[in-house]
Parts: sequence; structure tokens; C-alpha cells
Amino acid sequence: MVGEADIWAILETVPDPEIPVISVVDLGVVRNVAVTDAVEVTVTPTYSGCPAMSVIAMDIETALAKQGVDARIVTQLSPPWTTDWLSDKGRARLEGYGIAPPRAAGGPERCPHCQSANVHRVSQFGSTPCKAQWRCGSCLEPFDYFKCL
Amino acid sequence: MLGEFALRQGDNALVLGHRLSEWCGVGPALEEDIALANTALDLIGQGKLWLELAGEELGQSADDLAFLRDAHAYRCALLVELPNGDFGQTLLREFFFDAFQLPWLHALTGSSSPRVAEIAAKSAKEAAYHLERSAETVIALGDGTEDSNARMATALRYLWPYTGELMLDTDADRACVEAGIAPLPSSIRGEWDRIVKDVLSQAMLTLPESEFAHQGGRTGARHTEHLGHMLATMQVLPQSHPGAAW
Repeated sequence: MVGEADIWAILETVPDPEIPVISVVDLGVVRNVAVTDAVEVTVTPTYSGCPAMSVIAMDIETALAKQGVDARIVTQLSPPWTTDWLSDKGRARLEGYGIAPPRAAGGPERCPHCQSANVHRVSQFGSTPCKAQWRCGSCLEPFDYFKCL
Repeated sequence: MLGEFALRQGDNALVLGHRLSEWCGVGPALEEDIALANTALDLIGQGKLWLELAGEELGQSADDLAFLRDAHAYRCALLVELPNGDFGQTLLREFFFDAFQLPWLHALTGSSSPRVAEIAAKSAKEAAYHLERSAETVIALGDGTEDSNARMATALRYLWPYTGELMLDTDADRACVEAGIAPLPSSIRGEWDRIVKDVLSQAMLTLPESEFAHQGGRTGARHTEHLGHMLATMQVLPQSHPGAAW
């Protein structure tokens, strides 16, 4: 019989389809795991229109099925997802991957490549709904910033 | 009543989202192209949430509501169905909509319907970001060059008579107040006026004095000629291949 901790451990291995260095647990979209007669995983969307959400639900179902767990995925809107739910491990991995983690101040603390604080916004939007485009004034490299929501 | 309310919410988001998506691949700069496409994605996602709620109430799927209704059955405000015009006109329309939508969604978080409240809370976070960007861009273009200022002034003259409908109360709105679903749209007027006045003045644009407002979109009495053309493009695939799945 699988327990909730086993399910969480499996979910830790499911990568975000757009940012594969962090797991769906690091992203903070898994809100609850309930093991009763059946297994139920509650997921919340990041952005309302993010196309990765259906992939995330499918990936979670597949990963659990591979371990012999037949789970039901429930979508929950409230409370709305916030970048405060990104794990510390997830934030560190984002930076290592070249994506500056979100900050309440509304912009990145430093360039994820050279750590310079001399950074400028290029655009409020980026390659996915959760990111914005910034550029470093020191190493001149452009980089993604994970928007604070 | 809840179904009709959700339909009005969903149609505004879906139609504006589709209009913005028309910029995908033809934006004036890569960053602007991506920004418009991302905003479109947020709005289409919000539209889906509202239309799912409408569908539960009205016994139809969100897809059928989006793709199988003709223009006369749509309940969006006239403002959102207008053609994009140039980049400045698109952003000014977006700004007028965002300046209404953000305080409106905040007000809806107090709805007696938990579904309305949760969709509003989710959407409001995205709407805040949209307003920040559309306001900044309107200011940059209005207070830009002689040419960009003139274009924004032209867009303002065209769009202004379509803004009032967002905040005109209808019988359906009054029924929603009775049921505790939503406040009157007119209750947003003061906040909208304040935001618009502030941004237009920074954008070196003169606030028009006329209070004339085209109406009929939100009740379905009379849409503009543009909506049917837009829907023809948006709906062609599901209507040509009914029930298609891939």
C-alpha cells in the first residue's frame, strides 16, 4: 500500500515540462495528496492560459501509473497560485539554469550568469507566461526572469 | 442568471484574447509580439474558466459555447470586438479594458458565488500585470514622437465612444446585484475615470468630453459588423469538422 509520502516522492521526480530542472513540487502547483480508497492529487494552474498545465496533469498521471498508482487529478483554482510557493531548492535550481528567481521587488536581484546587479528589463513578457526578458549590463547576456505573481 | 453572467465575462475575455492573438507573428518587435501573445493566452485561459462555469449552468461545453454560437448570441462589450487597428490602437483598447477589468475583478472576489470569486481572484493577478504594461505602453506612445502621439489621438477618438458600455448597467446587471453575484458595473466608474485620467495626462492625450456610449454588445441587442468576421475566422475549424479531435 502506498502512502502519501511515497506519492510526494514520485511527484518530486516529475519535471516541469517547460523548465525541466525543477519538479512540479518545486513549482508549487501540487496542492494536496490524499490517499484514501483511491489516490487524489490536487493541482493548481500557474497562469490561466498556460498550455503546460494539461501536460503537467498528464505527466503526473503517467509517472504515478508507472509505479502502479492509479491517481485522480483534481484541479483547484483557489487560493490562486503564487510564486511564493516555489521551493527554495526550486529557486536555487532556476538560478543555476540561467533563470533569475522571482522577487517581490518586481525584478531580479542579479544576473544569473555573472551575478552582476546591473540588470535591465527588456520586456515584461518572455518565452512562457511565467517569465519576463531581462538583460545584464555587465556580461551583456540576456536572461529569463521568473515573474513574481 | 449565473450562467448568463459567466457568459458575459467569458465572452469579453475570449474575444479580446482572440483579437490580441491576431498580432502573433506580426508584432512591431519580437518582444511586443511575445507580450501580445502572452496577454492573449492569459485572456483565453480566463475565458475558458468563465465559459466552463457558464457551460455548467447552461448545459453546454465551453468549446461549444465558444465555437458554435453566432455573433448575435455573444455577450461581449463592443469595445473588445473592434478591429485591432495599428499597434497603438490595440494597446489603447487593452488599456481601457484593463482599467475596468482590474477593479471589476477585485470587486467580484466578494461574490456570493464561490466559483465567481475564485475565477476573479485568479484572473485579477494576471489583469494587474496587463494593466501595468498597457498603461506604460500607452504613455510611451502618447508621449513619444509627433507621429506616435497623433496616432494615439486618432485611436482615442475612435475608441472613446466604445468605452462607456463597460460601465453601463443593464437589467441583467441589476439582477446580479440582487443575487449577490456582482456589483453594478457603474460602481467601477470612479476608479476607471481616475486611472484613465492619470494615464492619458501622462501620455499627453486630451481626455474627450463626450459621454456618448455605443451599446448593445453586452445585451446582445446589436454587435458591430466586426464580430461576425472575427468569429468566422475563430470558428472555422470546429464548424468545418464538427466533433474533430486530435
